[in-house]
Amino acid sequence: MATTETSDFSLDTASVLAAEESGTEIVGRSPWALAWRRLRRNYVALGFLVLFILIVVCCAMAPLYAHHVAHTGPNDNHVADTFTRNGKQVNVLSAGGITKGPNGETILVPAGDPVGPQWFSAGGKFVLGADLNGRDVAVRLLYGGINSLKIGIGSALICVFFATVLALLAGYFGGATDTVLSRLFDVIWAFPVFLLAIALGTALQLGGLPLGFATLHGNSLWIPTLIIGIVLIPYVARPIRGQILALREKEFIEAAIAQGASTPRVMFRELLPNIASTLLVLFTLIVANNILFEAGLSFVGAGVRDPDPSWGNIIQQGSTRLQTAPSLALVPGIAIVLTVLALNIFGDGLRDALDPRAKVKV
Amino acid sequence: MAAFAVRRLLGAIIVLTVVSFVVFAIFILIPGGDPAQRIAGRTATQQNIENIRKAWGFDQAWYVQYGEMMKKLFNSLRPGYTSTYGELRSFTNQTNVVDQIRAGIPATFSLVIGAGIIWFVCGVLVGVIAAVTQGRWTDRTITIAALVGISMPVFWLGLLSRYVLAEGHPLTIFPDSGYVPLTQDPIQWGYHLLLPWLVLSILFIGFYGRVMRSSVLDTINEDYVRTARAKGLAPRRVLRRHVVRNSLIPVVTLFGLDFAATIGGGAILTEYVFQLNGVGQYAADNVSRLDLPPIMGVTLFGAFFIVLFSALVDLAYAWLDPRIRPT
Repeated sequence: MATTETSDFSLDTASVLAAEESGTEIVGRSPWALAWRRLRRNYVALGFLVLFILIVVCCAMAPLYAHHVAHTGPNDNHVADTFTRNGKQVNVLSAGGITKGPNGETILVPAGDPVGPQWFSAGGKFVLGADLNGRDVAVRLLYGGINSLKIGIGSALICVFFATVLALLAGYFGGATDTVLSRLFDVIWAFPVFLLAIALGTALQLGGLPLGFATLHGNSLWIPTLIIGIVLIPYVARPIRGQILALREKEFIEAAIAQGASTPRVMFRELLPNIASTLLVLFTLIVANNILFEAGLSFVGAGVRDPDPSWGNIIQQGSTRLQTAPSLALVPGIAIVLTVLALNIFGDGLRDALDPRAKVKV
Repeated sequence: MAAFAVRRLLGAIIVLTVVSFVVFAIFILIPGGDPAQRIAGRTATQQNIENIRKAWGFDQAWYVQYGEMMKKLFNSLRPGYTSTYGELRSFTNQTNVVDQIRAGIPATFSLVIGAGIIWFVCGVLVGVIAAVTQGRWTDRTITIAALVGISMPVFWLGLLSRYVLAEGHPLTIFPDSGYVPLTQDPIQWGYHLLLPWLVLSILFIGFYGRVMRSSVLDTINEDYVRTARAKGLAPRRVLRRHVVRNSLIPVVTLFGLDFAATIGGGAILTEYVFQLNGVGQYAADNVSRLDLPPIMGVTLFGAFFIVLFSALVDLAYAWLDPRIRPT
């Protein structure tokens, strides 16, 4: 048999072999394609990505909801208004007074307590109740979501962009550049970060921020976005710088330099693609972190300020009426937890997919 | 070792100086309102404001003002020093800043040290359990719980837990907020702080559990662990002496930095929600009034701890891993 087989060799066989080699059996796959294959099988991570996208879409449809379902805007007060529930008129804010309970006992109703969640018994109005100014919480929750997500994503973009540029400069040039930038990070690092953010937030709310070409108004969303983005730069830049220092010693960088590649080319075509997967994962996790940070800032009044809604300042308002209207603080908190959890789980899945052997999994 | 200490000390002084400078610049350069106007109040005449500006020295050049402020801060730190005009005082209520910070230290330290012990021990324990039972239901439960823990805003958790567990509900098992000094009544001290401790720890337990889990999983595959097993050591001893000790390095680094950051302002929200009257709450109250001297004092207080602990972390590193020596 063996002899016949060898004698079968012909030009045809060679062409078949060649076809096999370049054909479908051996396919070159980029690292991104491999990562996508791994991510596709991680149903938990994908499920939470879908949840996050759903939250974003729901918030984006806030104007539609406000207009067609709730029939009120995010800043419309209904302090003295009533609405119809099951054919009865109900005050948006309790009028106060003494009523009789079901067993004939007297119940003292304090004035100014907002109604709780109505679900759909009031025809789409006050689905999640009202706040202390008689504003529809469901509408404010969606509009607040837009603000919280804008600040979270915007500040993460600012943070990752500047951190990457600074880390590339520090890691690639080393020497004096690295020393100056690292000391700069040390200073921001030594600041109590939340305190710095509150101080900046309060100062800028009063005076606005003159930038030369434009002046940011005191209640502009850009102020918390910039503050959060900038104070967190060293937390992102430090790990990236470490990675670049390690990459810089690799042979392919040496080869690129030996071939005469220019400095920008080495930085952006050789180094950047190698940290791209880290940046993507960091970005996801930083958006989650910044949404929490914004909520804390707005909670103490140094982020988004009333009447503009954000998840943090709705909780702040609810914190003063926990006893009588607990849903006011509860609902936006749940929105924050779901959003941040979705991003954290997706970020985890993304990291597992992009770098299955990541050394430190934070 | 001596060179290391000197270099760190010099670095610390430079960092603290720059930090104080930046705080000063934020308040002087950024348009945030005139301090003289704030001190004078709403009904002040132009003459009142002018007088205050002169008396407090706001009419002088910024570097003179900065020098004055630093001099006053050092004066106030000197033991036994008393002088009405030589101490660093708040612009709004004229209280001595250093005294106010000292008054807040017991509450803040009690909160952060207690919470720190809880989060370090629980975080390490949870991480080790998850890593040892990797893939089983305990690991999965811990992983999910840790993720939920790090996704919660701490002030929201504090508000809700206070509402459900400490405000006269049927479920109430804790006393409501406030700080009882340790020297006054140690039992009430712990009882009042238990809920704030748990709330502050939860985020960190989730975070440390995750770091510890991956660290243990990395260490377990090292050659020296296999050697220890091969020479017949008891599994518990291998885990304790060889795996956990080496896996602790990243967690100890994090702990030093987080602990310092929490003392220096990271516990603001927890103090605020539970009304503990600590340093963080003092800062939060004064930030909203844009009162520079208290903010300067608290920021330097926080920065001091952050710088101190990052040096301590480097020393702890050397102890845990003799291959890394401070140079």
